[in-house]
Amino acid sequence: MSTELTGAEITVRCLQKEGVDYIFGYPGGAVLYIYDELFKQDKVKHVLVRHEQAAVHAADGYARSSNKVGVALVTSGPGVTNAVTGIATAYMDSIPLVIISGQVPTHAIGLDAFQEVDTVGITRPCVKHNFLVKDVSELAATIKKAFYIASTGRPGPVLVDIPKDVSQHKTAFAYPEKVSMRSYNPVTRGHSGQIKKAVQLILGAKRPMIYTGGGVILSDAATRLTNLVRMLGFPCTNTLMGLGGYPATDKQFVGMLGMHGTYEANMAMQHCDVLVAVGARFDDRVIGNPKHFYNEARKIIHIDIDPSSISKRVKVDVPIVGSISDVLDELMKLLQAGKDKLDQSALEAWWTQIDLWRARDCLKYDRASTIIKPQMVIEKLYKVTKGNAFITSDVGQHQMWAAQFYKFDLPRRWINSGGLGTMGFGLPAAMGVQFANPKGAVACVTGEASIQMCIQELSTCKQYNLPLKIVNLNNRYMGMVRQWQEFFHGNRYAESYMDALPNFVKLAESYGHVGMKIEQPGDVEGALKEAFKLKDRLVFMDFITDQTENVFPMVPGGKGLSEMILV
Amino acid sequence: MENEAGALSRVAGLFSSRGYNIESLTVAATEDPTLSRMTLVTVGSDDVVEQITKQLNKLIEVVKVVDLSDGVHIERELMLIKVRAVGNDREEIKRMADIFRGRIIDVTDKSYTIELTGTGSKLDAFIEAMERSTILETVRTGASGIGRGERILKI
Repeated sequence: MSTELTGAEITVRCLQKEGVDYIFGYPGGAVLYIYDELFKQDKVKHVLVRHEQAAVHAADGYARSSNKVGVALVTSGPGVTNAVTGIATAYMDSIPLVIISGQVPTHAIGLDAFQEVDTVGITRPCVKHNFLVKDVSELAATIKKAFYIASTGRPGPVLVDIPKDVSQHKTAFAYPEKVSMRSYNPVTRGHSGQIKKAVQLILGAKRPMIYTGGGVILSDAATRLTNLVRMLGFPCTNTLMGLGGYPATDKQFVGMLGMHGTYEANMAMQHCDVLVAVGARFDDRVIGNPKHFYNEARKIIHIDIDPSSISKRVKVDVPIVGSISDVLDELMKLLQAGKDKLDQSALEAWWTQIDLWRARDCLKYDRASTIIKPQMVIEKLYKVTKGNAFITSDVGQHQMWAAQFYKFDLPRRWINSGGLGTMGFGLPAAMGVQFANPKGAVACVTGEASIQMCIQELSTCKQYNLPLKIVNLNNRYMGMVRQWQEFFHGNRYAESYMDALPNFVKLAESYGHVGMKIEQPGDVEGALKEAFKLKDRLVFMDFITDQTENVFPMVPGGKGLSEMILV
Repeated sequence: MENEAGALSRVAGLFSSRGYNIESLTVAATEDPTLSRMTLVTVGSDDVVEQITKQLNKLIEVVKVVDLSDGVHIERELMLIKVRAVGNDREEIKRMADIFRGRIIDVTDKSYTIELTGTGSKLDAFIEAMERSTILETVRTGASGIGRGERILKI
């Protein structure tokens, strides 16, 4: 008879089998056996965060920047409830995570035991799937399934809840080589008939537009997309989640679209006659009011792995369900093989129109300002890092400026909470990015409000010597809230002023890091250069920026895509 | 769907979180004890029903989704109804139950309990036919459905 292992040993062995190198977590009563086993080995390295939300964000940043499954480990009760924000963040952005949570012993479940919550119930609406393991004999197969479900189809977080006695009980260990589930068989190949229809529409287009989202990044299809777009000569826009899917410095890139998208991207989106949507979901921040979007007739091809994303907010003409990589390969093959040619003269006229929209220079700002303009900080950050850094962000104005002004030429370099919009995401996500890319330059663009939502992680950064560069755009306001209050609430800045701010320089120093305060526009570039020279230190740069700066263009909520407020 | 704890709450949770209506829902294990079958009655435009179908298919424990109303199908619902039955009413109610092909399955000197199966509208009609004040209690299972003829839903 083979030797029997405890549930805790099995858990750790499964993680090893999955090739997990880092696990982000925080110990507690219900996971003590698992921690004990982690302690006894060194293949899976544990990173101790200071709050469970950060454990999940760090695993998330790790996953987004590496295309591997991120793993977090939290205890029962408050450990899980703290993790929920992180889980929901990953769910909205379809990030593959496995979250292992401790649970009270099976005999205590349902008795309001100490640190008991209904973890499966609480997380159900914000996971791709979750499991409560009631018997140690099911544990290995369940963990295998969790990794499989998290990383296939439309990815997402999967939670495995392990009661304390299950982690203690013994059984024979065998890690399944394969998973087969009759109820879960994600499609990969697109329907060839549909792809043929798409080719016909593309070839007949007079005002084409390619609109791509996070699906391109998740499917590792950036190179394929770039080849296709260049071959076609069409304009291409990325969503907030899709930045880096197409090189931002390329002339066919018209910028990000949506609520804070460029004038040219939004106008081209509204006025195109054939729209190819790739791994994007027409969300409310992207196309604004769907009724207004329908005012212009256009044919839409929509490629997505998730059938429920198709025709959800906007009806499409040619739905193609499949993995982006596979479908783009097929499209490319058919386009190359076909004899029909694109309508080049129509395309030329379309580009002339787009260039006119471009000439509107919608991202202009006062470059001669004597107060630091936040946009300028991002431009300098781009210059100093030569566009090669991993940029994480929190949520608000600084996020939009980072998305508009840092030109991402590569996928998995732009790490932000697009769907849920989670303030506090940036710093812990940057930790995960740094673990996944130990040699990479990692900067967290944040604001003085967001950074304080997970600032305790400066301690984690010290413990693991993570040389992150924090770019704090400090305008003493929750800037995006203030902007909406200025535009839509009669300048009544209800509770959006961040009063009693800490001295960030001293705060960074007290955590053992380097702090800098930058108040003059002329000092911005120098400070950034100095910070990035400190290769082994975390540097917190507190940029005192213009309090009144707003993000433009802006499509107000409920308005149409072409109804932008411009600067 | 998989006959597993929590599968039902995933379906119910999906409907509430996305704002879909559940008119009725019945679920029980099938002849294969690892599978259970659910009949769910909902209302919505074609677009909404399409989304519901897609969202249900996304649930990991859901094995197969079929819109029975896409084709000819049979629906049946069971109702147990307890009515006050005294004096002349006793005969009248018995007759009514016969007309609706119901069966009286419990009797006291003041009441009948009638078992009735049929489509939802037939059960509604029976309730309508009863004098309101005589109805003491009703319990309905919600519809169970199956395709007509050779049309089957099998894994």
